[in-house]
This record gives sequence, C-alpha cells and structure tokens, in this order.
Amino acid sequence: MSRLSTVGVAALILAASALEASAQIAEAPEPIAVSWPHDGMFGTFDRAAAQRGFQVYREVCSACHDLTYVAFRNLAALGFSEEQVRALAAEYTVTDGPDDTGEMFERPAVPADPIPPPYPNPQAARAANGGALPPELSLITKARANGPDYLFSLMVGYEEPPADVETPEGMYYNAYFPGHWIAMPPPLQEGIVAYADGTEATVPQMAADVTTFLTWAGEPTLEQRKQSGLKVMLFLIVFTGLCYATMRNVWADAH
Amino acid sequence: MSASPSGRPEYSNAVVRWIEYRLPVFSAANEFMGTDYPAPRNLNYWWNFGSLAGVALVLQILTGIVLAMHYTPHVDYAFQSVEHIMRNVNFGWLLRYAHANGASLFFIVVYIHLFRGLYYGSYKAPRELLWMLGVVILLLMMATAFMGYVLPWGQMSFWAATVITNLFSAIPLVGEGIVTWLWGGFSVDNPTLVRFYALHYLLPFVIVGVVVLHLLALHQHGSNNPLGIDKKSPKDSLPFHPYYTVKDLFGLGVFMIVLALFVFYAPNLLGHPDNYIPANPLQTPPHIVPEWYFLPYYAILRAITFDVLFIPAKLLGVILMFGSIIVLFFLPWLDTSPVRSSRFRPVYKWFFWVLVLDCLLLGYLGAHPPEGTYVTLAQIGTAYYFFHFLILLPLLGKLERPRPLPRSISEPVLEPAPSATPAE
Repeated sequence: MSRLSTVGVAALILAASALEASAQIAEAPEPIAVSWPHDGMFGTFDRAAAQRGFQVYREVCSACHDLTYVAFRNLAALGFSEEQVRALAAEYTVTDGPDDTGEMFERPAVPADPIPPPYPNPQAARAANGGALPPELSLITKARANGPDYLFSLMVGYEEPPADVETPEGMYYNAYFPGHWIAMPPPLQEGIVAYADGTEATVPQMAADVTTFLTWAGEPTLEQRKQSGLKVMLFLIVFTGLCYATMRNVWADAH
Repeated sequence: MSASPSGRPEYSNAVVRWIEYRLPVFSAANEFMGTDYPAPRNLNYWWNFGSLAGVALVLQILTGIVLAMHYTPHVDYAFQSVEHIMRNVNFGWLLRYAHANGASLFFIVVYIHLFRGLYYGSYKAPRELLWMLGVVILLLMMATAFMGYVLPWGQMSFWAATVITNLFSAIPLVGEGIVTWLWGGFSVDNPTLVRFYALHYLLPFVIVGVVVLHLLALHQHGSNNPLGIDKKSPKDSLPFHPYYTVKDLFGLGVFMIVLALFVFYAPNLLGHPDNYIPANPLQTPPHIVPEWYFLPYYAILRAITFDVLFIPAKLLGVILMFGSIIVLFFLPWLDTSPVRSSRFRPVYKWFFWVLVLDCLLLGYLGAHPPEGTYVTLAQIGTAYYFFHFLILLPLLGKLERPRPLPRSISEPVLEPAPSATPAE
C-alpha cells in the first residue's frame, strides 16, 4: 500500500510539474487569485453577475470581440426569460437567404441565431484594430492558463508603464499581459455601463461580472457537470465499498 | 453446474445446456476467466492493472464511437464540431471529457502495468512473447493517442502534428519524401487531418486484436506472481472466479472514482489551454509540448544537441526516442538473471526504483524548454535509461547473488516459516 501511494504521489508530482512548466512557459505574471462562486465541487454561476457581465460584453467588448459559440437561446440559462431572449435577438439584424428569387436578405435575429460578430472576417477585424486581431471570447477563459483569474487581472491590470521604458506606438501597459504591452486600450472605465440592478459599475465590479459571463460562455455545462459528478461520485463510492466488502468476504477462506 | 462423467461441465439451465451443446461459449468463458482458470493465489494489487487497461480500452472505444457520430473531420469544421459536442450534444461534454481524460488514465494504468512487469520479471521465459505483444500494444496506443490529439484541430493539435510528422524528415535520403507522403501534401492540412481520423478510428480495433493475442499468450502459462516462481501444486492457485473477478471489480471501482474526479471536477487539468485556440498555421505557440504521457520521450528527443560522427543530432534524437521503446522488445534477453521477482534480487530492486525516478525526471524535463541545465539533465537521464537496459541488466544477472527462492507459492502464503524471507 505504501508503494501504491508512492507511485500516486510521483504521478501527481509529474502532473504538477508539467502544469507548472506550462505556466512558466507563458512567462506571464501570476494573476490575482479570485475566489469565484463557480469554483469548487458545488460551484454554480452567480446569475446576477453573469447577466451584468453580459451587459458589459454587449455594451463594451462586443464592439471588437466575437462570441462565436454562444447563440441567443443559450442566454436563457443565465435567467433571461424566453420573451427577453426573443426581444434581445430582435434588436440584431442578420443576413439570411438566398430567398426564392436567389437574393440574400436581412431579417431580425431569432433566438436560434448565434450572436452576430462585430466584423465579417479576421482581415476586417485586423484592419480596424491597427493590425491586431481581437480574440474570440466564448473560449477565452479556457484558452488561457488559469483563465478566469487571468481575465479578471487583465481587466484591472492597466497601469502607467515604468518610467524607464518607452511606450511602443498604439500599445498599452498591462501588469498581467505576457510581455506587458497589449494592443487593446483599457476597455473598462468607471461607470461605462449603467447597471439596471443598481450595482455600482466600478472597474473591478465590471471585470468580475464580465469574467463570470465569459466563464459561463466557455463552459455552459459547468453546473450540469458538477451536479452529475456528485451523483456519480456517491454511486461509485457506495459501489466500490460494496465491492471491497464482497472481496473481503470471498477471500476470507483463502488465507 | 457439476462435472459430467466425460469431464465436461454439466449446466442445470436447459437453455444454457442447449446452447453449450452447439456453441461452447459458456465453457469457453469459464476457462477464460471463470472457475476453470487457475490463477496464482498470491497476486497483489499491482496485478489489477492488466484488467483495468482492458476496461480503459473498452471505455475509449465506446466514448470514441459516439464522439465520431458528432465530429466533423475537416480543417474548417473540426474545431467547431468539438464545441458543438461540448455545447449542443446531450451529455456531449461527458463523452468528450471522459474520452480525453480516459486516454490519460489509460496511459497511467498501462505504465503501472509495464513497471509491474519490470519489477516482478514478468517478461522472462516463458512469457517473452506475452511481453513483446504488450510492447506492440504500447506502440499502437501511442500512435492512436497522438492522432486523437490532432483531431480537435486546436493550436497544440496542429503544432504537435507538425513536430511529430517532421521527425521522419530526419531519415536520410527518403525522409522529406516520407513526410510529404504522410501529410498528403506539403504541410499538415486537410488530407492529414482526415487520414489521422481514419487511422484513429481503425487502430483501437487493431489494439483489440493484439490484446486478444496478449491474452492468448497469458493463458498459455498463466499470470506471473509476486514471488516469480511457477505454480507447483493445486494449492498454489485459486480459481479466477470469484477470487480475482471480485478483486478486479474493486480495482475498477477505484479506477472509476479517479476517472470521475478528473471528468467532473478537473476536466482540463491535464490538457493544454492552447488547444482551445483554433489551429493557425501562421502562428507558432511559444513552446510546443505534447500530452504528459509523451513527455519522457520528448525529453529524450530533445536531449541530443550534438552530432555523433556522421549521424546528425536530430536523427540521433529520433533514433533514441524510438529506441527507448524498441529496447523493451529485447528486454527478455538483456536481463540475464534467472530469478524473476525483485523480492529475491537485492541489487536489481534498487536499480528498478532508480529507473522509475529516471523516467519521472525525463517526464519533468520534457515539459521544460531545452535550455541550460534542463538539456544536461535530459542527457544524463537519457544515458542512464539506456545504461539500465543495455549494460546494467546484462551485468547484474551475472554479478548479483539472489536470495533463496521459496519452495512453492503456497509455502510463504499458507505456512509462513520463521526463516522465510520477510515480505517487503
């Protein structure tokens, strides 16, 4: 048994060292450690924060960033009613077709449509952003090491560059961006959105809200996963315990 | 069920008897893993990992087949079809996370199975072919896992495919041609993805075929055991069922708990964040790292930074990387000791654990950029790995004085004599 644990520990060290290495490789500063309500075995998304975060995405981020894998219908999971989702979708216009005459036409979006992207293609996105491509956001929290903490840190991490370095043209200094120089201007300013629920729109508040929303957008099945996990674990522990008892029983006469 | 006068089992259920008379599946199953298959009575928990590997293989095939129903093997759609599985397919997230983490656990189980064989000398006569078939399975698993990792078509998928296929360009004269042939073009592109998909679906069934041979070879002489001595009397064995079926079932429960912990609570812990970025041939990630189970080989590959005579460094790295597995084929003859189990090999036992640490060290180094002390350590680790198999094992068999072996398996188990070697 002691050797079993030796190997277990060794495997964990191996896994941990690989992770530590991949973190080191990015040469990114350690992000601020945030305790999220969706962390842990029983974590769930803070619906109010996610709704506020969607508002931040819609009014600020969506000017440049696509949310490829989220459709309007998905927003129902954040607590929006069917009518709200329908009304929200109708505010957008999408191109559909071809119709019976072979022409493309414009129509209001329906809940089944994905949220329309800000640019028609990556080239247009680069052209409008000084050559930099604003990344797609529906997977951003999974596409970065320690994603939610990193995203929050990035949002609150804009500061004055050190006095002895020259600012490259069109770049901004961010304490948490790998290499520190980021092409995205500081997106959040105090009060840039007006929250309907009266929450004060400070930069850390908006950063936390939009991170909650984008974490949900990256893993909309997180709650289902953790809740199924609990049932599966309970079953497996009972099952394994019964197997152990049966094994002891069967083997009792063999020693 | 009782034995008939002819020695054939007689089944009480009439339907069973009817089928058995025409198609002897019940007696076959019984001889395969039932009451008619005698197993050494002293197998410890390390012997659980063979059946666990079988379960892991079945799990991968089942989840994989359903994933294949929803996946699109095309460079323009592969990444989004994986996201479609994660978001729109009922329990698609469960299938994908179980498949991805199942692959990792499959490797953990197989590596433990392999090192158990090393510790207890399970590769020695008459089990040489059993061992070599196992090495074939390992190679097939590695090919399958590599090609599976390419399918989501993320950044790491694409660049891992580029790095690994480029290894073949190290072959003199025909290398470049082989790489073009593997790619089906002049870079990793749609033809590469589609053929990897086809092969990723095919190879698991080839593995199943080799597993059948592996089991056939196993049943010829039965399992080795912690004492490494042959069964001498019926007292030395127990019927596989129920003793080892129930023990394997308990092991399966523990395995499923570990798998569930990863799948439900840390599904991306063993993955790389870059693979959630769609493949971009124009943008190389700062550091390309393989999945954790390939890290030791990756360290060996990159450890060779110097040419040897007329062999360029890259070719030598590739040779040593593949050689680290190929050497296992020769292990039954490289190890000259007649004693199987490390329990009776006081010196080899220590070197076994040094080899384990060496492999863990190589895994650690594989995750780091090949710079400075990392390279030096990887060179030492690589040299030691081959030293262990090619020099140490042949010599040790001649120089080491093994401890006296017990007379039978049942002797230390059933009537431990005071003078017997203490179990460690």
